[in-house]
Amino acid sequence: MNKVVTGPDEAIYDINDGATLMLGGFGLCGIPENCIAALVKKGVKDLTCISNNAGVDDFGIGLLLQQKQVRKMISSYVGENAEFERQLLSGELLVDLIPQGTLATRCLAAGYGMPAIYTPAGVGTEVAEGKEVRNFRGKDYLLEYAFDADFAIVKAWKGDTMGNLVFHATARNFNPLMAMAGKITIAEVEELVPAGSLDPDSIHTAGIYVHRIFEGKSFQKRIEQLTISQS
Amino acid sequence: MPLTKEQIAQRIARELKHGFYVNLGIGIPTLVANYIPPGVDVVLQSENGLLGMGPFPTADKVDPDLINAGKQIITTIKGSVFFDSAVSFGMIRAGKVDLTVLGAMEVNDQGDIANWKIPGKMVKGMGGAMDLVASARNIIVAMMHTNPRGASKLLSRCELPLTGVRCVKKVVTDLAVLDITPDGFLLRERAPGVTVEEIQSKTAGKLVIPSEVPEIVL
Repeated sequence: MNKVVTGPDEAIYDINDGATLMLGGFGLCGIPENCIAALVKKGVKDLTCISNNAGVDDFGIGLLLQQKQVRKMISSYVGENAEFERQLLSGELLVDLIPQGTLATRCLAAGYGMPAIYTPAGVGTEVAEGKEVRNFRGKDYLLEYAFDADFAIVKAWKGDTMGNLVFHATARNFNPLMAMAGKITIAEVEELVPAGSLDPDSIHTAGIYVHRIFEGKSFQKRIEQLTISQS
Repeated sequence: MPLTKEQIAQRIARELKHGFYVNLGIGIPTLVANYIPPGVDVVLQSENGLLGMGPFPTADKVDPDLINAGKQIITTIKGSVFFDSAVSFGMIRAGKVDLTVLGAMEVNDQGDIANWKIPGKMVKGMGGAMDLVASARNIIVAMMHTNPRGASKLLSRCELPLTGVRCVKKVVTDLAVLDITPDGFLLRERAPGVTVEEIQSKTAGKLVIPSEVPEIVL
């Protein structure tokens, strides 16, 4: 079983206009930089992107927004991207802002083969508009559906040729959830190792969920808020 | 004198109890970590996937893969653990986090909170705030008593889109400490030198004033 592809261009070769993508990461931490660059190069349009954030103006999903390749974003927080806010307020971009835990759990549901979940997040707010509310043990919950994404694109620290993945620190975030939720899952890793070299007890995502894997050539790993302590 | 933002954080830090797991939001809430009383052992949760958030690193210890929910570079501490975002919000939803401190644009006298959107102007998103306020056992809001235009942020009815309903338990502002009770905002403490009359005049929601309102002790 070998899931290795030559690089980002081959990994995304069948992502076409109108596709729905999940992109891992929190802020700029743990984002699939190489695949995003390949998508920009390929110029696919009308994408629906499910990702916690929308990058910043000149990095991450911000690069796709700059080229107007995104038709719809499904995110929880987009505060660091002025171009995003401009496209949203002008109506060029469709945006579904949803609670972060709901975003995570809708990924989880997809990866676990469950059609929907109930969550209390958003009850009594505009997030609840048009949604089924059900009361369990005296508390109201919203019905939220599992995501249905064509591709999940994730970034891991290490991966092996069978697609098993290990994440590092808070770069884990949405990556393992999205890896489990995509119909086709693409993983870019900092270090690709032969099957058998990862400790089976320490693997975060089982290779069964991963269809294509490659070692990224360059990772900028940009820092949004460089907070340094003197002592 | 009204409290500074640091003093608001310092006052809220006194609400931390030994053994608490605490989630601190962005802004004034983040500062609470600087004032945890000696001998009070708390673990800070960062909803992007970390329990046991440490201080900012020195220049030689920077790891771009290690950030908090405000996207600041941080460190781990002894006993820290990483997890994915579903586990993170699972522990929040299941009520394992003892205390949540977050900022707000508006709070009303029933404990509703608005802090994520100004229609037509500012649309940053709710992040994890809606999940936190829907599930946390105890929610304290840290904010200024009035907005930059001088209007009260403590209302009888929130005008901005809500983040959550009937969830806030306590509000600490630059002027006062207030509990949310079935009768409205109960004025517990006032900033040193700030009169009850001033607080009353800057509180648009229902304010309950007990016979004694002590000054905040920091």
